[in-house]
Amino acid sequence: MKTSGGTLVACRGLRKDYGSGEGLVRAVDEVDLDVARGETLAVMGPSGCGKSTLLHLLGGLDRATAGELWLNDRRIDELSERALAQLRRHEVGFVFQAFHLMEELTAQENVELPALLAGRTPRQARGRARQLLEEVGLADRSRHLPSALSGGQRQRVAIARALANDPLVVLADEPTGNLDSAATLEVLRLFENLHARGLTLVVVTHDERIAATADRLISMRDGAFVDETRLTGGIGSLAGLIEFGG
Amino acid sequence: MQQEVVLAMLAKEPSHGYELRARLDRALGPLGEAMNAGQIYVTLSRLEKAGLVARDELTDSSDHPDRKVYILTPAGAERVAEWFSEVSWPKPDLAEFHLKLVAAAQGGLADPSAIVDMQRRSLLRRLRDAQRAAMAEENNSDAALLLEGIVLRLQADLRWLEACERTWTDRRGKR
Repeated sequence: MKTSGGTLVACRGLRKDYGSGEGLVRAVDEVDLDVARGETLAVMGPSGCGKSTLLHLLGGLDRATAGELWLNDRRIDELSERALAQLRRHEVGFVFQAFHLMEELTAQENVELPALLAGRTPRQARGRARQLLEEVGLADRSRHLPSALSGGQRQRVAIARALANDPLVVLADEPTGNLDSAATLEVLRLFENLHARGLTLVVVTHDERIAATADRLISMRDGAFVDETRLTGGIGSLAGLIEFGG
Repeated sequence: MQQEVVLAMLAKEPSHGYELRARLDRALGPLGEAMNAGQIYVTLSRLEKAGLVARDELTDSSDHPDRKVYILTPAGAERVAEWFSEVSWPKPDLAEFHLKLVAAAQGGLADPSAIVDMQRRSLLRRLRDAQRAAMAEENNSDAALLLEGIVLRLQADLRWLEACERTWTDRRGKR
C-alpha cells in the first residue's frame, strides 16, 4: 500500500499482544488508521483500552506484533532498531503526561537537547530552542529549571522540545492529565496555534476538552476503534450555553 | 434576566439602562449575545412597578427608556442584601435523560446506546464552542471565568454519559 498524498501516518491490521497462552492480552487489536497531514486527531477511551500502546506503536517506541505501519509514505514497521531510533529522533515528537523534562537542565537546555542529539551544532540548537520557547510564550523563562515552572509552563517546554527537530508528527499521551483547568487552556491554545500552522498531532487522552477541539475523535475500547466522530459544522451560537431566567 | 442581577448592579451607582447593559456585556463576554437587547428595560420597568427601583428625578429629563436614570429604593437595597446572603445553585437536571434511557431499554423502541451517542455528540459540540470561546478570551477576564465553569460542567456531563454508555452497552450484551 502506498498512502495517498494527504495521509501522513497510516496503519493496517496493527496488532500488539502482550504475554502468551492463557495470559495473552491483545492491547491493540487489528487497527486500521489514516491520519491526514495537518490533522489533529484525538483518541479517547478508558484506562487499559490500548490507546497509549497504539501511540507508542505509531511513534516507533514499541514494535507491533503484526500489521503494517507507514509514516510519510515510508513503511516503518520493518525498520532496524537503528533506523527506528533515527526516526524517533528526527521525524516524531513526543509529549507525555508527566512532562519528562530533565530536572537539572534549564528550559532552554531541555529544548536544545534533542537537536544536539540529532547532530546539530550547539549554535543551531541554541537558536532553534530560543525560537521555540518564544513560540510557546516562555522566552522569559528560558533560564528557569523545570522545578521553578508551573505545570502548564513545563508542558509547554515539553512541547517546544518535541518540536526541536521539526518532526512530521507530534504524538501526545495525556498531555493535560496533570494540569488544572487554566493550564489545560494554555496547552489547548498552543495546540490550536500549532494546528493553524499545519502541525499533525495525535493525542490520546481522557480529557474531553482536547477531544472537543480536535478535528476528529476516535473512541477506543478493548484495543479496537468503536466510534469515530467529526464535530462538523460551524461554531454554534454560544446562546445555547446559558439561560437567562425571566 | 433575573431581576436580582439588575438590582445588584444598580447598587454600585444610579445608572442608565444602557450602562447596566454594557456592564453585563463585559461580565458575560460572548455569552452576552444570548441576552435579548430589550430585556434589561423590561426588567427595570418590572422592578419599578414592584417599588424596588425608582427613577432618579434629579437627573431625569426624558421619557425615553434609554435616558432614564434608575436608583435603588430602600426596599430594593434590602432585596439585594438578601440575595447576596442566599444560597442558590442550579440543580443538574439529569433525571429526564436517565428515565429516557430506562424507558428506551424497557420498551425496546429505541437503543439507549444510540441515544447516549447522540447526546454525547451534541454535548461535545457545545463543549467545543465553549472551549473555543474560552481560548479567545483574555486569561483573567470575567467572561473567561464563566466559560471555565461552563466547560467544567459540560465535562462532568460527558463523563456521566460515558458511564451511561458503559452500563447500557454491557446490559445489552447480556440480554
